[in-house]
Amino acid sequence: MGRRVAIVGAGMTKFVRRAQETGKELAFYAVREALNYCGMKLNQIDGVVLGSAPDTFDGVHMKGEYLSDGAGAWGKPYMRCLVGGGTGVFAVAHGWYHVASGVFNTCLVVCEEKMSSFQPHAQAAFLTIFDHTTERPLKPNLLWIFALEMNRYMSTYGIRKEEIALVAVKNKNNALDHPAAQLTAPVTVEDILKSEVLAWPVQRLDVSPVSDGAVALVLAEESIARRVTDKPVWIEGVGWSLDTAYWTNRDLCYPRYVEEAARMAYKMAGITDPRHQIHVAEPYDPFDYKELHHMEGLMLCGRGEAPQLTVDGVTRRDGELPVCPSGGLLGVGNPIAAAGLMKVAELFYQLRGEAGKRQIARKAKRGVAQAWGDLMQVGTVVVAGI
Amino acid sequence: MAMKERVERVDDVKVWYGELPVNSLYTAGIGGEQFFRTLKDQGVITGTKCEECGVIYVPGRIFCQRCLAKLERWVKVGPEGTLESWTVLHLGLDGKPMVEPQIVGLIKLDGASTMFVHRLGNVRLDQLRMGMKVRPVLKPKSQREGAITDIKFFEPA
Amino acid sequence: MKRLKESMPVLPGTGLKDEDFQKGRVLFTRWKADAKYKWDAGIAIGRYLAGLKQGKILGVKCYKCERIMVPPRIFCEWCFRNIDEWVVLKDTGRVNTFSLCYVTWDVKRIKEPQIPAVIEIDGASPGMGIMHLLGEVDPKKVQVGMRVKAVWKPVEQREGAITDIMYFKPI
Repeated sequence: MGRRVAIVGAGMTKFVRRAQETGKELAFYAVREALNYCGMKLNQIDGVVLGSAPDTFDGVHMKGEYLSDGAGAWGKPYMRCLVGGGTGVFAVAHGWYHVASGVFNTCLVVCEEKMSSFQPHAQAAFLTIFDHTTERPLKPNLLWIFALEMNRYMSTYGIRKEEIALVAVKNKNNALDHPAAQLTAPVTVEDILKSEVLAWPVQRLDVSPVSDGAVALVLAEESIARRVTDKPVWIEGVGWSLDTAYWTNRDLCYPRYVEEAARMAYKMAGITDPRHQIHVAEPYDPFDYKELHHMEGLMLCGRGEAPQLTVDGVTRRDGELPVCPSGGLLGVGNPIAAAGLMKVAELFYQLRGEAGKRQIARKAKRGVAQAWGDLMQVGTVVVAGI
Repeated sequence: MAMKERVERVDDVKVWYGELPVNSLYTAGIGGEQFFRTLKDQGVITGTKCEECGVIYVPGRIFCQRCLAKLERWVKVGPEGTLESWTVLHLGLDGKPMVEPQIVGLIKLDGASTMFVHRLGNVRLDQLRMGMKVRPVLKPKSQREGAITDIKFFEPA
Repeated sequence: MKRLKESMPVLPGTGLKDEDFQKGRVLFTRWKADAKYKWDAGIAIGRYLAGLKQGKILGVKCYKCERIMVPPRIFCEWCFRNIDEWVVLKDTGRVNTFSLCYVTWDVKRIKEPQIPAVIEIDGASPGMGIMHLLGEVDPKKVQVGMRVKAVWKPVEQREGAITDIMYFKPI
């Protein structure tokens, strides 16, 4: 499957509700941090890929092109990718095949989002997700989709809000140890359950905060990777899959698009028993129930079984299968594409033992990161190993 | 064999109208904040210099796109510059003819490596020349807001 | 829980608050897009809308995949063939999932919740749903699996739109 490719450096900005920096400046900070981390220079980078979600958020035309100079892409081959929320993890696959194919020896992967530009709230930018003729006349808002999916998931397996709230508590508290984290106060299950009901069953603290931020990774082919660092983190598998946009024609209780993407990535990585061969997981958690939903799609447990793993403490940092040790989107923040890349960066730090206070207790040699997007359509998965 | 649907009746096919409510709020950024505040408070146009690449970016920015160095050296440029290109606008944004045609141009201030767009004024069409010297006409300080419109237009120097 | 933030790296980025904008501490510009659209409904949806005007929910059939689909489309996305037949479905169905929404799209709170739902339409293949609203129902009594029926606008008010069905109510 092409040449071996490793992640050799990672960097990011703080995730904040509203950044003073422009999108270009955020991208620049992230790339600078990533290059400094591995001591590489911009002229050693052969190409740049950038992932960013819809231009509407930043309110600029062709965000990829707009961000290119801040992303270090001036004068270099450059390509933007976009698969909604799945972008952050897909961008790694995108960078991976640039290098695995042999066309580039090194590649920067950059993701940036400035949700705060959209007024009054980034949520309204998502209105175009609904079909213009058959759905928008009903005056929907974005929350409907997640609430409908969450309700279906809960009803199908008899899951209670108390169990789902445990995920929000775990992640928001994990995030207190993340330097980029937007959230800085601990929470309890009671806080979650008492928070304002937005679109039942979704309550305010079930939702990740909207953010501005940027993250960058440096990828290199094997011989360069081994020169740059003695702990290259190999990209062992990549997968991506898109389900139908006719979202009302599918059963929302199971994310089969995540399973499809995971199968592709696991096959490449030679994983046959994900539950035991994956040692740390960073599934996409824009809502607390999504972590559970995605854990099942990633086949880390059976359908409807993820809540029990959380209740049993298996997914805590000191557990057998830590899930979202970074604090996830719920805790660190959700600048859409950058959030997904933050998860891959977390695998990078965890596998190298460089996650500081977030370091998981058990030894980890392999991790999986996953992102999700659009009309509950996209699954993007990356398996990393050391 | 699969049947194909033909549109027999015109009233089957419909058009659906809609709008997209997009309201954006853009911060000037770290670089923009410095550039526009200096323009507002001192009436001076500035840029940033990359020592490595020898390039001066105007308006000033905090990073060099060529080498990604962090730029912290702000320098004054101009006030005069040269007109590198121009066009005369006859139609407005709404597609209707404008009462007074507007002239916009690409201006490279003395000392700058980059150009930017602005309006031209106090000039007749037959006076416009490639490479002609121009200078900025600023709003009085009390009217300046820290925006690109603090410069009203550029006129022949 | 004691947090040792001092030992964590300080990342770049400057967070702002609402009052930074209100008090003019930072410079910014605003812009409003004037985006108006005229979308072609398409062959399939055009016919679907015409059906709604007549008080009918239309679907399409693919013989190969043995599916009856709604909303209708001109090709089956599974096997990529043109669909084989148009059918009239019932205007009753089953609630597949629902939500009680207390916030509008422009972030305003409302007292009485809107009840969006995915309704599996009778006559279509299992799981084939459309999104619509529920009405004439106590929010506390809504359940997944509930049987519902469309409540139509009077014929003279219908325009050929999804809103020709006002909402679905329990039966």
